[in-house]
Amino acid sequence: MQLIFELSKKGRRGVQIDPLDVPDVSPPSHLCRHTDLRLPEVTELDVVRHFTRLSRRNFGVDTNFYPLGSCTMKYNPKVMDRIAAEPGFAQLHPHLSSCPAFLKECQGALALIYHLERLLAEIGGMDAVTLQPIAGAHGELTGTLLIAAYHKDKRNEKDLVLVPDSAHGTNPASAAIAGFKVVEVPSAPDGTLDREAFRAALTERVAAVMLTCPNTHGLFEPAVQQIAEMAHAVDALMYYDGANLNAIVGRCRPGDLGFDVMHFNLHKTFATPHGMGGPGAGPVGVNEKLAPYLPGPRVTKTEEGYELSEPIKSIGKIAPFFGNFLVAVRAYAYIRMLGAEGLEAVSANAVLNANYVLSRLREYFPPAFQGNCMHECVLSAVPFLQHGVKALDFAKALLDKGFHAPTVYFPLTVKESLMIEPTETESRDTLDAFCDAMIELARDASESPEKLHAAPTTTPVGRLDEVRAARELNCIYPA
Amino acid sequence: MFPDDLYYTEDHEWIRDEGSEYVVGITSYAVEQLGDITYVELPELGADVIRGETVATVESVKAASDVYSPVGGHICEVNDFLESRPELVNEDPYGEGWFFKLDSVRVSELNKLMKADAYEAYIKSLEK
Repeated sequence: MQLIFELSKKGRRGVQIDPLDVPDVSPPSHLCRHTDLRLPEVTELDVVRHFTRLSRRNFGVDTNFYPLGSCTMKYNPKVMDRIAAEPGFAQLHPHLSSCPAFLKECQGALALIYHLERLLAEIGGMDAVTLQPIAGAHGELTGTLLIAAYHKDKRNEKDLVLVPDSAHGTNPASAAIAGFKVVEVPSAPDGTLDREAFRAALTERVAAVMLTCPNTHGLFEPAVQQIAEMAHAVDALMYYDGANLNAIVGRCRPGDLGFDVMHFNLHKTFATPHGMGGPGAGPVGVNEKLAPYLPGPRVTKTEEGYELSEPIKSIGKIAPFFGNFLVAVRAYAYIRMLGAEGLEAVSANAVLNANYVLSRLREYFPPAFQGNCMHECVLSAVPFLQHGVKALDFAKALLDKGFHAPTVYFPLTVKESLMIEPTETESRDTLDAFCDAMIELARDASESPEKLHAAPTTTPVGRLDEVRAARELNCIYPA
Repeated sequence: MFPDDLYYTEDHEWIRDEGSEYVVGITSYAVEQLGDITYVELPELGADVIRGETVATVESVKAASDVYSPVGGHICEVNDFLESRPELVNEDPYGEGWFFKLDSVRVSELNKLMKADAYEAYIKSLEK
């Protein structure tokens, strides 16, 4: 398929610009560019066909089953898009809220922010929420900056953050950017946090403990409350990474487990678009210890309506305006649509579906850990190494069967890992079709491994040279 | 399986005594686990490092991992070639794929490291 730049023909136009009807101004020469912009010159029809063709090659949750572990690629109900497209939301100028005289013009949007913050606080067991962070990792950074502000304010001299070895790589990265040194805590053989190692690492210097619960092994940390008590005994704060909230939403609240601060991934748990189709949103919830430091402005409710206020000890803005507001609108619609019972059913079915996949595949792909899982299961492709077939080959071969690959080679603690998260929105028929495909591939891997090595053969491009793409990264279309 | 003239760490670095200097790299086991290496971040020349300190980073198609100094010492040379040719680590982990050299080494710390047979037994215990 051609790039849009390759379709370009000099002089072709897709738009006609109206004649100038305001006085002409000539900016000083040094402010003007003196080379061509090099935009593709194409007609409207060229553009429509190009992007329609591209969209047909897309592999997404609207076209295929997408069990990408730890990413919660659930279906995004279309009604949420319709609500977010309402002109009262979509065409609102973000600066209306910056000018006190116009605050009355955006009361509906402020009410939505206020109520969504309250709903998320209730779901997380937190006291206050900010919607500003625009991604999960951005939420982590906001959370670690709040933790730093808390300790600085109390004149606590703390420089360490404890992170389990099963954590997402963004956890240590966020802690490091907020100025902390990261100490990795190993997992025990059963896949949960090694409590002895944790006890040894927990000193007065520890500012926070960052946990994902259930963790990336798909297991609930059974000792999470004791871990929180031990951390609080040295005034270390507990950070809850919300990546796996889908496993417990509506049933158990991080705040009740002893967490002080958490982020929510609206694009995971609350069904807003995910990945490059985003944008995402990573609201942060805190208990009263951290509430004074939240980014401003905060929406407050008064007798005259919704107003804005700036917390005195705020860490400052961490995103423009109120974050990705239209994502918040979708999440609000989702939560209101499901209600409390609906959210309980989400986690129940997410866990049920993952265990169904685990029980059908466990005799072919050994699970990394014993027992049941939560919302995702971690299997291993190690038995197929003797035939020269790796987890990556299963990932590629699944594409030919019409399924997106699960996450492979993560968590790092499991060899040849296949991390499967089906989510609650898939039917038993889809789960069976996926498991049948996996079992068929397991047979091929033993009997005719070359089939897996050749995959994928049905996709627009075959096996990509990922190594060369990483070593010789070049995203610029040549002149 | 692993060269006899090297000392090994549990984090899969090796170190070789070359008289006045010690050469450090990562083992063939580490390379096999990482897969194709796409980027190596080398330590700062002239830095004084302690045993176990993070001194380099290696990125592969699968993961990014830290490289720790097997012993304390002074970084007296780094293998600049790895910046443009990270594949040398895959091709020749004990030769051209070396990472950095140390002098002023705390020689007593070498005794805490494993010899080839002990490292091989350690790898076998990991494979179980």
